[in-house]
Parts: sequence; structure tokens; C-alpha cells
Amino acid sequence: MKILVSVKRVVDYKAVIRVKSDGSGVETTNVKMSMNPFDEIAVEEAVRLKEKGAATEIIAVSIGGDSCQETLRTALAMGADRAILVKTDVEVQPLAAAKILAALTNQESADLVILGKQAIDSDNNQTGQMLAALLDRPQGTFASKVELHDNGLSVTREIDGGLETLFLNLPAVVTTDLRLNEPRYISLPNIVKAKTKPLTTVTAESLNVDLAPRVKTVKVSAPQKRGAGVRLESVADLINRLKQAQVI
Amino acid sequence: MKILIIAEHDNQALKQSTHHTVSAARHLGEEIDVLVMGSQCQKVVEKARALPQVKKVLAADDAVYEHQLAENGAALVAEIGKHYDYVITGATTSGKNLLPRVAALLDVAMIGDVTEIVSADTFARPIYAGNAMATVQATDNIKLLSIRTTAFPAVKEGSADAAVEKISQAIANNLSRFESQSLTKSERPELTSARVIVSGGRGLKSAENFKLLEELADRLGAAVGASRAAVDAGFAPNDYQVGQTGKVVAPDLYIAIGISGAIQHLAGMKDSKIIVAINNDAEAPIFQIADYGLVGDLFKILPEMVQELDKVHA
Repeated sequence: MKILVSVKRVVDYKAVIRVKSDGSGVETTNVKMSMNPFDEIAVEEAVRLKEKGAATEIIAVSIGGDSCQETLRTALAMGADRAILVKTDVEVQPLAAAKILAALTNQESADLVILGKQAIDSDNNQTGQMLAALLDRPQGTFASKVELHDNGLSVTREIDGGLETLFLNLPAVVTTDLRLNEPRYISLPNIVKAKTKPLTTVTAESLNVDLAPRVKTVKVSAPQKRGAGVRLESVADLINRLKQAQVI
Repeated sequence: MKILIIAEHDNQALKQSTHHTVSAARHLGEEIDVLVMGSQCQKVVEKARALPQVKKVLAADDAVYEHQLAENGAALVAEIGKHYDYVITGATTSGKNLLPRVAALLDVAMIGDVTEIVSADTFARPIYAGNAMATVQATDNIKLLSIRTTAFPAVKEGSADAAVEKISQAIANNLSRFESQSLTKSERPELTSARVIVSGGRGLKSAENFKLLEELADRLGAAVGASRAAVDAGFAPNDYQVGQTGKVVAPDLYIAIGISGAIQHLAGMKDSKIIVAINNDAEAPIFQIADYGLVGDLFKILPEMVQELDKVHA
């Protein structure tokens, strides 16, 4: 079984988010970038499936500029076998990303695609579902457990009221939630080894995919700030104030 | 403008997220239809008929839709939705599972987590875990939106006077099947619609201690929530999680107990009307957004709060 995982380069989850003064977006220059945390979980899950003998090859894919090579090297160091950079300088929205990944999934005949459920920059939570639709495959979104069987996958999903388990026929698409696994620490020897693993670059155009943005960003602004309130000394004071505010 | 809303339900009850979604849709137009897709879901259809301003309830009541799986569900929604200007769901796990799949089938974009309807084609939504707000304009003919339910007040049901149209198209699902479900049973209000939420973090130290929160919640008629740290540590089930990747809530009163206030958590509750923070670390970031803060040992403060409340109600 071949697994394709997609990895996105995003502003590090610990970085302070600053909105650009012209309202055109969020500052990304001189900001620490790293692999989207949900994608790290996706790579980890693929590597675990390979270690169990269930997968034969893991291909990591990233879409973006040259700097995404760094993200792909991280995926290779975690255990992916080879990487593909789909090079583009334009903003790639979820539908376009899904089309790119669909083209590559077909090209590579990947049986399983694992993606993060959302990227922590645009917070869209769409690409995996769109990819599943384009490929006419089942989808196991927000997965917290994946079990491989002879002809399919059992996927436990985090839903609003609790958990739901679905059986997906293969080939399939899975998107990861936080509790699926804990990504491994990357060792120095593996970082060195990753440098020699194959990383190929293709252009988005060569995949014949329409990248035209369907959604225009009008402006990006900082959220309304909420000021700190008062420190209270006693529980009785707190209860009194809450009563006065008529919330209890 | 023709609007199609996908009802959220469990074949028995219509979920509150639908009431919030209708409320948002009313900013876009007056011709609102609601699709109820399920099995043996007549009760839900009746409820949907009572949603204000809803003209027609489309009832796709068939065994193939029993678990509302995305594979055939999205196919049906795309089939019906192509005759509308807007297709809208709540930004819940079920809406997030279904609507992007519909979008790809229709070859249109989707705009998720809408918190403000600026105009017919322009919407505001949080990005970067709520650390920035994006105003975006949709260019496709059919606009697919998921609505951040906390941003729009729920509509009240009136009399069941919307027309019902039966959808006979039963699309089989040959790709996936439902295996099982384990839902957290609770007598308390649902997190996303509760007026008061008592939420616990790693400071609670154990699943056992989480019961202390429940005692407080019971006295306030509150829902119980948790931070990611508390869920990861196994103190509380996953569906208690409030935050960027869990549930987004905006109750009248949010009491954060033993929660330090990671950005991830704040993203899920910072729109609450009144925030109370109780933590032994005076430097905890949660105090920066709390209206009222109590610095101290939560194991002393919690029982004291319960006592005080019992006095009030005695």
C-alpha cells in the first residue's frame, strides 16, 4: 500500500501573530515557520503504518515556494521515503490544493492519502474532504484512531457529541485530529539521512490544475482586544458580582 | 436569493446549531429552505417546519441516509444545492465533514466559520486561531458557507407552517459504512448552547477531581468544558474540549478553573460575555482576558463557591 501525505509550511504555532499594517494579511517574514502540526500527525501515522508492515512507500507532498523543501525534509526525516514539491508562488486555496493532490494521488496510484484536518494559518478544514470528493473516495475526517484491515480502514472520528467509528473501503482519504498520535522526535542521524532521500520538484502548471483563487481576501485585521478585568480577593465578592451582572 | 440550509439532527431532535444557522441566513435573503436528510426523521421535519422564515422543508427520509455519512450525503446536497444561491451549514463537526465535499462536487469554494455577513458575497471569518480576522469575498455563483454558531443568536421556533417536499432520491453509499458511535451522556446543557460553562484545565490534576467541577456546574445549570491539556491528560472526554480545534463557545458566563490560557484555548472562548479565571498562578495568561480573577488554590476555592451558591439558593 502506497501512502501520500500532504504537509503545509505555516507560521509556527508558538509564534506571535501580527497583522500587516496595510491589512493585506499576516506578517510571515522573519517569523518562525514550521510544519502544520496536524500534518506532522499525518506523517507520523503514515510512518507507523509502514513500520507495522502495512505500507510499502510514503510520499510527502508540499505545495508552495522553494522554502517548502525544508518542510518536506522534515517529513523525510520523520520517515517518509520521498518527497514532491509542487512549486507555485500564488496563493493556493483549498479547492486548488485538493485538485493538485488529486492529480498526484492518481499519478502515484496512492491507496491512502493522509492530511491534517486543517492548517493552523487559514483554519479552513476543507482540503481532505474536497480531495475525497474529487477522487470519489470515502473520507475519514478528524481521525483519532485508524486501524487497517484486509480491504479497508476502521476510522474513529472526533465528533461534537463524542466519537464515531466508520469503515472505509480502500482507496481512502483520512484527515487527522490531535489525539491520533504523538509525532516522534526527529533524531540527528535521521536528519542527515533525509538529505539524501529523493525530493523532486514539479510545477503546479504541469499538473493541469486550475489554481485561480475563488475567494478574494478583502482585508485582514486584528481581532478586537479584550481588556483584563479585576482581581478579586474573595469568593463571596465574586458571587456577588456575578449576581449583580445577572449571569447566575 | 434562494438559500438551502442543511439541518443538523440525530433523526430524533433538531440541533440548536440549525437555529443559529437560520438566524445567519436571514441576513442573506428571505427564501429559505431546509434539507432534513436522515432516516425515520419525521419528528425533525416537524421541528424544521417551525423555524421562522423557512418556506419549505425538503425531507430526504431514507435508510441510506441514516447516519448522514458524507459520501452519499454530499452527493445529494450537491444535487439539490445546485439550484440555490447559498448552501449553509453550522460550523460543527458534521457541517465541516459534509460541506467541503459538496463544494468540490459543485466545483465552488467554501467559506468556513463565518462570524459576520458583511454583504451578499462578503463575509468575515477568524484565521490563525482567532488571532486575525479575514474579510473575504466569494466569486462563485453558488456560495457555500458554514456558520460559527456563537456569532449569531438562535431563532425561536414558531408554528409548524413551512411546506414539506419529499425527496425520493436515495443515493447508495458504496464507499463507507457506519460501525459504531459512543456519545457522552449528560443531563447538562450542551456546551455550544449553554448559558453558563464551567471549564477545567490541567490544574484539576485528575479525572476524579473533575467531579468537583460538576458539583459547581450542577448548581449553576452549567455545561462542563475542558482545556486541551485536561483532555490530553485523560481528565475529561474529547468532546468536552473548548478551543481552536475543539468547540467554540460564547456563553454569558465562562468560568475557567485551573486553565492557564493557551492561545489555542482562548480562541475557543474569548467571545464569552463574562469570563472568570481561577488559578494559583498569578501570571497565567488567562487573567489577561478575564473580567474577574481569583488567584489561589482551586481545591479551596471550588468548595467555597459551592457553599456560597448553596447559601444564595437556600
